[in-house]
Amino acid sequence: MISGGGGISILYLVANGLVNRLSSTWRSRLQPFIFVGPALAVLSWYLLLPTLRTLYLSFFNANSAKFTGIENYIFAFTDRVMLTAFRNNLLWLIIGTGGATIFGLVIALLADRSRFEKIAESFIFLPMAISFIGAGVIWKFVYAFKPAGVEQIGLLNAVIVALGGEHVGWFTIRPWNTFFLIVILIWMWTGYSMVLHSAAIKGVPKELIEAGRIDGAGEIRIVLSIVIPYISGTIVTVPTTILIVTLKIFDIVFSMTNGLYGTEVIASQQYKQIFKFLHYGRGSAIAMILFIAVIPVI
Amino acid sequence: MQFRKNKIRSTFIVNVMLFLLCVAWTLPTPGLFVTSFRPRDEVSRTGWWTIVRNPSELTLNNYRQLLAGKDFTCVTADGLKVTEKGNNLTKALLNSLTVTVPAVVIPILIAAFAAYGFAWINFPGRKFFFVLVVALLVVSLQIALIPLLRDYMKLNLNGNYLAIWLAHTGFGLPLAIYLLFNYISTVPRSILESAFIDGCSHFTIFVRLILPLSASFAIFQFLWVWNDLLVALVFLGAKREVSVLTQRLFDMIGSRGQDWHLLTSGAFITMILPLLVFFGLQRFFIRGLLAGSVKG
Repeated sequence: MISGGGGISILYLVANGLVNRLSSTWRSRLQPFIFVGPALAVLSWYLLLPTLRTLYLSFFNANSAKFTGIENYIFAFTDRVMLTAFRNNLLWLIIGTGGATIFGLVIALLADRSRFEKIAESFIFLPMAISFIGAGVIWKFVYAFKPAGVEQIGLLNAVIVALGGEHVGWFTIRPWNTFFLIVILIWMWTGYSMVLHSAAIKGVPKELIEAGRIDGAGEIRIVLSIVIPYISGTIVTVPTTILIVTLKIFDIVFSMTNGLYGTEVIASQQYKQIFKFLHYGRGSAIAMILFIAVIPVI
Repeated sequence: MQFRKNKIRSTFIVNVMLFLLCVAWTLPTPGLFVTSFRPRDEVSRTGWWTIVRNPSELTLNNYRQLLAGKDFTCVTADGLKVTEKGNNLTKALLNSLTVTVPAVVIPILIAAFAAYGFAWINFPGRKFFFVLVVALLVVSLQIALIPLLRDYMKLNLNGNYLAIWLAHTGFGLPLAIYLLFNYISTVPRSILESAFIDGCSHFTIFVRLILPLSASFAIFQFLWVWNDLLVALVFLGAKREVSVLTQRLFDMIGSRGQDWHLLTSGAFITMILPLLVFFGLQRFFIRGLLAGSVKG
């Protein structure tokens, strides 16, 4: 632990010491690269080169020994499980991103008008600190179900049974199970959307709102015609961030259902291709598809 | 008068809606918390909300079993003695710390240096390199998994802490540089110039002025590394001695999916530190979020 943190500091100190011994022209020429050099080196090893290498590998077979052309891509777009994964990812993108953004916006609008803003925002924001897998356990427990006749210990089923309904095995009913998993993402990322929207709402000039009031606009009218147009910039940028997170969603699916019952997503398929089927070609092809899908978002 | 009355009514509606949303958001979590303190049999027999009727059943046994790593005997409702294998999460907790601290310090330090260089030092190719860094924000870590796994195999780094420190550094850098660049650019140039006049070098300015500012961005990296599962699964592998908390919790979901008393307390152990950090440093966290989005 100490060796890691200390090592890197010593590296910088030594480099700086060396540069200071040089003549002043060389010093000003080299110094920038002491500052940015290490970052560039790490980035090329970990992100820049891997992108090219993955592209290269995606045209090869399982152990990367034989060139197979676009076969892996054909697999990715025709395999039945992969198609389910694409459909599910689309659901994640639309419902997850939309849900988190809209809930965040609504809560920010409500909180702005309330005296309890700080406390309320803390509650909503809290899940952001929890890992996907911790959140997974929380929600697994909410969705837990027991056979009929036994007392239900999962919150949702207990409510349903108490209301006279039939208990539900939430994770096994397709295609709704994906939707129940998406709820977890919305639960976690609404806080993010709320914080950004809330800051944007604070920036709406008071005079504008006052003017609206004097003209006799109701609260709802003010929100719809003044506040929302004014913060439209934020309303566009927030979903982009959440979209990128959602596209790569892995932990929730992997820990909750492991992709069973038709809940597979693209990232969990990639993991399985690499570590379960040991097919590096397909794994790379799927990674490239994910990568290309992100670009238009930015 | 009419206006006033309307206002009171609408404030009331707002507060009620806000309250309901907060309840909906909070309700899942106490279930976990309460369950982690309930004995095994009760957990699987009755819902956690029955604790209101019977608060005396709360126990620390689940945590003892998870943290002490010893076999654990308990008496079931029918008088049978059951011995369960304990889980040694203490080791995993330490592993998590060992992974997280350097995986936060290294990238933040490198990113702060780079951001400072990009913001305030003039050198040829500065624009080009900065655009490159921002472009790398798009590259997800998934794309790097296979090539890196191969490099690590050649270097015999798999399952080694150095492997995961560097991996987190690489994957965290673009965002960290970008956020810190936005932040450092807002420091007034006049402060910098007066420091130069006083005879400071770039290096001393950096250490005295910029490094302390960068600390607030460490929170992101901390939460990201601590909560990460994928990078740990890929680069640390399945070895028990090095696996971190999220991995162990993941194992537990697989192997003892119905042992809610252990799952819930295990999950809570993984959450304690992030929650403490979150409550202690919420102000900085939000400030960081906003700084990152300004130019978004």
